[in-house]
Amino acid sequence: MRTKSKLVNAAQIKWLLVSLGAILTTHSLNLPLWVIGVSVLLGAWRFIAITKPIFMPNRWLLVMLSLILGLIIVLSFKGQFGRDASLSLLVIMTALKLLETKALRDYMLCIMLGFFLVGNLFLFNQSMPTFGFSIAPMLLLIATLLNTSLNNQYGISESGNSKQKSIKQDGLFILQFSGMLLLQSLPIMLVLFVLFPRIPGPLWGIPQDAYSGMTGLSDNLQFGNISQLTKNSSIAFRVQFQGAIPPKNQLYWRGPVLWHQEEHSWLMASDNIGLPAEHLTVSGPATHYTITLEPHNRPWLLLLDMPTNLPSNTKHTHDYSAVANEPVRSRMRYEAVSYEQYKLEEQPLNERESIMALQITEGENPRTRALAQTWLAYTPTEKINSALKMFREQNFVYTLKPPLLSKDPVDQFLFGTKRGFCEHYATSFVYLMRAAGLPARIVTGYQGGELNPNGNYLMVRQSDAHAWAEVWLQGQGWVRIDPTAAVSPARIEQGIGDADVERDELPLMARHDFPLLKKALLNLDNINNGWNQWVLGYDDKKQLAFLSKVSGKDISATDLVVGMIVTLLIVMAATAFFVLKKTTIALNAAEKIYANYLKKLQAIGLQPNIGEGALDFGNRAALALPVQKTLILDIASHYNALQYGQSKKVDLVNELAMLIKQFNTKR
Amino acid sequence: MQAETMNIWNLQVWRRAYWQQWLRVARSSGHIATLHPRQIYILPTVWGVLYAIMLILLLVGSINYSLSLGYFVTFLLASLGHTAMLHTWRNIVHLQISVLHAKPVFAGDTATITINMLDAKNRARYAIAAKIEQNAAVIEHIAANKSCFFLLPFMTHKRGLYSLPRISVYTEFPLCLLHAWAYAELPLQILVYPKPGGQQPLPTLLIDARNSGVSRTSRGDDDFDGHKTYQLGDAASRVDWKASSRGNGLYTKIYSGEGAGDLWLDLATVNGELEARVSQLAQWVVNARTAQQRYGLKLPNLTLPPNDSQVHYHACMQALALL
Repeated sequence: MRTKSKLVNAAQIKWLLVSLGAILTTHSLNLPLWVIGVSVLLGAWRFIAITKPIFMPNRWLLVMLSLILGLIIVLSFKGQFGRDASLSLLVIMTALKLLETKALRDYMLCIMLGFFLVGNLFLFNQSMPTFGFSIAPMLLLIATLLNTSLNNQYGISESGNSKQKSIKQDGLFILQFSGMLLLQSLPIMLVLFVLFPRIPGPLWGIPQDAYSGMTGLSDNLQFGNISQLTKNSSIAFRVQFQGAIPPKNQLYWRGPVLWHQEEHSWLMASDNIGLPAEHLTVSGPATHYTITLEPHNRPWLLLLDMPTNLPSNTKHTHDYSAVANEPVRSRMRYEAVSYEQYKLEEQPLNERESIMALQITEGENPRTRALAQTWLAYTPTEKINSALKMFREQNFVYTLKPPLLSKDPVDQFLFGTKRGFCEHYATSFVYLMRAAGLPARIVTGYQGGELNPNGNYLMVRQSDAHAWAEVWLQGQGWVRIDPTAAVSPARIEQGIGDADVERDELPLMARHDFPLLKKALLNLDNINNGWNQWVLGYDDKKQLAFLSKVSGKDISATDLVVGMIVTLLIVMAATAFFVLKKTTIALNAAEKIYANYLKKLQAIGLQPNIGEGALDFGNRAALALPVQKTLILDIASHYNALQYGQSKKVDLVNELAMLIKQFNTKR
Repeated sequence: MQAETMNIWNLQVWRRAYWQQWLRVARSSGHIATLHPRQIYILPTVWGVLYAIMLILLLVGSINYSLSLGYFVTFLLASLGHTAMLHTWRNIVHLQISVLHAKPVFAGDTATITINMLDAKNRARYAIAAKIEQNAAVIEHIAANKSCFFLLPFMTHKRGLYSLPRISVYTEFPLCLLHAWAYAELPLQILVYPKPGGQQPLPTLLIDARNSGVSRTSRGDDDFDGHKTYQLGDAASRVDWKASSRGNGLYTKIYSGEGAGDLWLDLATVNGELEARVSQLAQWVVNARTAQQRYGLKLPNLTLPPNDSQVHYHACMQALALL
């Protein structure tokens, strides 16, 4: 097979340009603007070069361009060579390859790169729309290949002196045929998707920015962290309760617990190693639920206060947040049990715990400290109430747009701006408590959630992110205090959509002012949930669980492989049968109707001889059935007019149908 | 056979011929060779291999990043490869090939072999290619239940009579990822005339009374001199159609002065190596024909009496080709 250095023609280049253009469009959100611009320019350049080959760049210019553009990519991504940079590089290199494409070899390489780029799409987004958008470029690439097979003079050696002619085919045929090929490929794809053993990744290290799109709680709290998160209406996790859903004001989803204060930030305790786990006693009814956590690239799981049973592969920190062994990078589903009534660490705190729970950096926020000094003699309850009373009675405002705070932020907030979000209230409260000698800490997580009426599950969005306080009281252990509730009770009772904040600041899904739109979006979320659970979340565990459930017995990995091979062979054979089966002659409308008439006549032993036309046969039939003579001859002339006449009249077909309906074989 | 000796020193060709004899070939029954399923071979093309590599990369990426939709694309494209294989095979199987004719050519020229490919399975065949040995391929579409001519070039090297080598029929439709092919052997003899060559002048006129059918010595082209009954081999232009139309058989016009052009081309009169002598004779035949002279051919084993018809020309050339 001699395939080298065959040239491609203009039509082929146009197909390729259209396909690659479609891919670029689907990737447009994943690429820096300049990469898109440069790729479009390079594509346009190649387009012009179709008619004016003089504009094809020479090798030297191409090498220069590659070096320059490669350098720009390295610089613009600051040397971080991860997912985003590789995509940009791949796109630019494909566009440059296009400018070099004269021979079939380069052309085919471009197509293969195109397929690879379609696969890359899902590194960025696996939503249903992205899935839908990926179909068109694939179809176009297949059409490009199909066009090549129709138009390329493959196998013709260069020495061949036969006239180079291309076989023209119209684009519609090519697209239809490509679509048919895709449809015929669906059954085997489905078998592989369901039965191909899912191998838990990763096989090697993953670039650091691979998960940069994931959002969620971070391991520290700075002013502005959570209010940033609040503008994001994407789902953090979904919860399915086995029994009744607890009241909204009890839905505190516990995340990281923060101990260490440093000017603007609160951090997780760095010196908590070796601290004994706090002792938990629970009472009252248990709540059983299942959480589907969206990947957020952090190890912590979110559980309802206070969880007793943890999923496997996870552990409690000493302060009762749950963490997985690895950052959550794919959707995770776990079951848990929690109790509304609990006591955490009734025994007195040990020395290290006390120091940690009372730590505040020296020399900051003098006014706050001075205020707290005046409370030193109060009982713990009085200290708490004084702070909450301050928030309630002075004109503190709950807002998503708090003013920026600089030096001594707690002072500034408490005595100056008095405008803040949950993180301001939680941190100031804990600061006050610690300064007044009461052990306290910040808990971050989510609060509330929204019931999806269609799917009967609770959706907790990033906009439900929250921060609250826990103080340690003699005999009661760590007790949850939510200072935000003192300022904006509605935030806790109904959710952030009802809180007294500026509406425009909230994402649409967290608001209540477009009920119909919201209902539609809730339906969509229900579908999305199914998509996430069954398509995207179909991993090794789910695969075995699902197949075990379907087959009714425990499926091992070996069973899976054997089952896949057997099913695959069956489906391949079925596909082959379907594709290779004898093609029946497509009858036109007149032929179909006429076939019925022939069937009627065949019942009384009359059938046309080979080569006998409709009229001759009609005459013969008329002799056999003299009563029907006029009808038979009418049918014959109608049929001939339709088959051989110039005009293709719909009326004529209908008339033929009427005549044949009237016809019977009575003698 | 000369066909084999032709390439016997070309190691590459010989090797190919060696392994190809083990491959199944569609042989004709009657004049039609049908490409039966057992005679179809299919292998991935270079692009098919490239496609497979791309799919492996996609699969590894999907595993590494736990991308469900990555698996989707990988499996869809893998399945597409299977579908394409079925279509490639379907595109070529059951084609019926018959050979029509091959006009004789001079050695070193390209002969055109006309074959006919027919679909009898009611399916359109796209981009079917056919070629003879290493000659250029011809690609055509064949509509459902229709047939299509393929004018296949065939480079000749030496004079003689050759059997048509096996014809390769192949297709890469629909995606260029797979190459399906079959060989067909059809009963056709290709006659290759010697290549005309040589600078020697035409021999002097030799009028041989014994062999000339009509013994009048002064027959030239100049004046109409009467009729004779038509003999096979007389030029059609000389047939007097008007006289023949009376229903008493065909008549050929006789012109006076005709006998003046009668030539005898004799191999024995030319010196040198056999091939050069044969070439020289071929050149003379061509020259005499162009000059519209009557000529006869004398070979060691065969003598052809002088004539100037088309049939005579080909008979002479055939005799030279097979010498």
